[in-house]
This record gives sequence, structure tokens and C-alpha cells, in this order.
Amino acid sequence: MAHEHDDPHDHDHDHSEIGPMDLRVRALETVLAAKGYIDPAALDVLIDSYQTRIGPRNGARVVAKAWTDPAYRAWLLEDATAAIAALGYSGRQGEHMHAVENTTARHNMVVCTLCSCYPWPVLGLPPTWYKSAPYRSRAVRDPRGVLADFGVVLPAQTEIRVWDSTAELRYLVIPQRPAGSEHLDEEQLAALVTRDSMIGTGLALAPGASG
Amino acid sequence: MSYETRADLGGRLGYGRVLPEPEGELFHAAWEPRVLALTLAMGATGSWNIDMSRAARETLADYARLSYYEIWCHALESLMLERGLLQPGEVDAGAAAAGPHPLLARVLNAADVPAALARGSPTARPGPAPAFAVGDSVHLRSGAVPHHTRLPGYARGKRGTVTAVHGPHVFADAHAQGLGEQPRPLYTVAFSGTELWGGEPGAAGLTVSIDAWEPYLEAAA
Repeated sequence: MAHEHDDPHDHDHDHSEIGPMDLRVRALETVLAAKGYIDPAALDVLIDSYQTRIGPRNGARVVAKAWTDPAYRAWLLEDATAAIAALGYSGRQGEHMHAVENTTARHNMVVCTLCSCYPWPVLGLPPTWYKSAPYRSRAVRDPRGVLADFGVVLPAQTEIRVWDSTAELRYLVIPQRPAGSEHLDEEQLAALVTRDSMIGTGLALAPGASG
Repeated sequence: MSYETRADLGGRLGYGRVLPEPEGELFHAAWEPRVLALTLAMGATGSWNIDMSRAARETLADYARLSYYEIWCHALESLMLERGLLQPGEVDAGAAAAGPHPLLARVLNAADVPAALARGSPTARPGPAPAFAVGDSVHLRSGAVPHHTRLPGYARGKRGTVTAVHGPHVFADAHAQGLGEQPRPLYTVAFSGTELWGGEPGAAGLTVSIDAWEPYLEAAA
């Protein structure tokens, strides 16, 4: 079990100590750089890309546009790869996108039971829980139990639709637009769209709630 | 040679509850982003394909007790050792053995990173026409698979319905084994919760889909 590595309360501890993995990874990087197999500056650009440029705010802009622009919503549901690329988001781990829309009747949730497949251009890197054994094992069998772990309770009559990303298609959930958000503009709406709401383990925030 | 994946977790019991985390929480130690970047940079050299690297991860003997980025790091070392790009003992010593070292097809330079990420590696290819159509009833193949596959255990032998036809994609099973891309039609196949989980609570209101290549499917009567 990987639980001991995933404990969110251990983070400060992990950061403050040079452990065996720090040394191993540093050694590996040194060896590969010495052989000319990697450009260390490229590693910095890769990391910076996913820490500052490619993350869930991209997906939130896609969702907010779909909420406010019916033609864009239709395009997103018809050809998500092209509609998302039109906002500037494309590429690695999002080459073939599919958008699925939550309604009162149906709630969508995305998982990769085999590994960690996730739509990087719109959501960035997957969170630890998405890659963890508890989520991967239970999402396809007890999704309401998983939702309860996130504090989400849906009406009993809502159908749950789980998408297991077993190939190279990547799924983006369009959460339901929250009540009371009619007066908000696209940017204000994007602030209501959480990462978890685009995976299907959360709902969009209510206007005025703190994110 | 027997092949055992340790990553096929869908539907297994006993792993406990999910621990949510805040949105900005990406890494839990300073070495984790370096492993991510090393893996992406070495992947870009073309020394192996992404399905080979998935196979290297899921077959690690201690998969279940390793953290996610530990799995990535061990698999990266193993892929490089298999190809002679690392020599045993080099990482322990923290220094490259005396050369010459095998040459790579290409190296990812910093200036090329944004374009490489934006381009990605699409897997849609020209290929055979689909044998199934939306609405068709299909059975998923059953039994053990002696190589990397994307057909999860919980769906094997189950009856589902084709809900989307995606055209031919690189067939991961072949690609992981170094047998070329062998594009095959890809489908989304949906299962009722009761087909997968019988009378368990919640199964009646549940639909689960997988994305399945045509060789996984048989026509259901």
C-alpha cells in the first residue's frame, strides 16, 4: 500500500529532509546529463510549464465559455479537441479530448483504473488521490462512496456515469452551472469551476463561496 | 514468459477511502518534479514508446508499496538498463562509467519543450474500417493476457454496448511489445452497473464505460 507516501500531513516533513530518493534522482540526473541524454535546462522548462502554465485554470476557462456561449458548448460536445484547441490548449495527454456534461439526471466521473491517464492540457498534472489505489479501485464500483469522501452527496435518482480512460481519449467533465450565477461574466464563472468538478468528484462552487 | 501487471485495480476491494487534496498540491517532495521531467525528457528521445513505459511501470515487483513517482523513477531506470543507456552501478556511483555511450536518436532541448508539449503524440491513424457500430451489443474477451493490455480485468467477459466509434488508434497491446503501431478501431463500450457488480448497492443507477480496441470485442448474440 502506498498510503504512507500519500499522507497529506507528511508534506512538510518530506520537504525538510534529504532522503534516499532525493539522492537517487540527483545521481540519475547527473549521469544522464554527463552522457548528453538530457538538457537540464529542458527539465526546468518542463517543470515550470506544469507549475505555472498548464493547470486546471485552463479547463475552467473552457467550462465558463461553454456555460455562456451555446455555440461553443455545442462545439465542445461535438469536437472537444478542436473546441479546446481554439482556446489555446492542446497537446501532450490531451491529443484526443472528449467532453461530457453533467445534468440533473446524470453525473459524470472520470478515472483511469489502470494508471493515471488525465487530460493534462486542461487540468495539468493529476492530483495524488487520482493516481491512488483507493480512487482507481472504487470509482468504477462505488462512485457514490468516492463522492462521499469528497463531501458530495447526489440525489438517489441521479444516474452515475463513470468513464474509465483506458486508451488515449481524455475526458473533461462540464459541471452544472450553479444556481444564482446568471449575472456573472466568463471570468467570474471560471473562478467557480474547481479541478475536482471537472473530474466529477466535486461540483462547481456556489457564487460567493470561497474557493 | 509470464506477464503480471500490478496496476489493474478497477473494482478491487480493501484500499480504503480517498484522501482529497487542495488544487495546488502537485508534488510532495522536491525530487518528484525532477523524476517527472526526466521521464518526459527521456521519453522524447524516442528510445522507447509510452506503452513500453506503462508496461515497465505496471510490472515492477514492488509496485504496490511504491509511491507514484517512485514507480516512475524505477521504471525509467529499468527501461534505460534494458537498452544499455545506463550501466549497472552508475546511479549508485552518481557518475557515468567511462564512454563511449550509446547515441540517442534525439535529445530534448529547453527551447523545444513548449512546442513538443503543445504537439503531443496523437494516436489516431489510418487503418481498418470498424466492424461494430453504435448500439451494437458486444462481449469483452475473457481470460488472462500475457502482455500489456488496456482491457481491465473487471470488464473481461462482460457484455456491453458500443456507445461511440473513434476510428483506428495505435494499438497499445502491440505497441508495448515492440510490434509496431498496428492501428485498430477504437470504441467506447458501456456496461450497466448490474452487469459488472450484480446486485451491489448503487449498481442499478450506475453505467461504466471503457475505451476498447476492436481485438478486445466479440459480437454478442
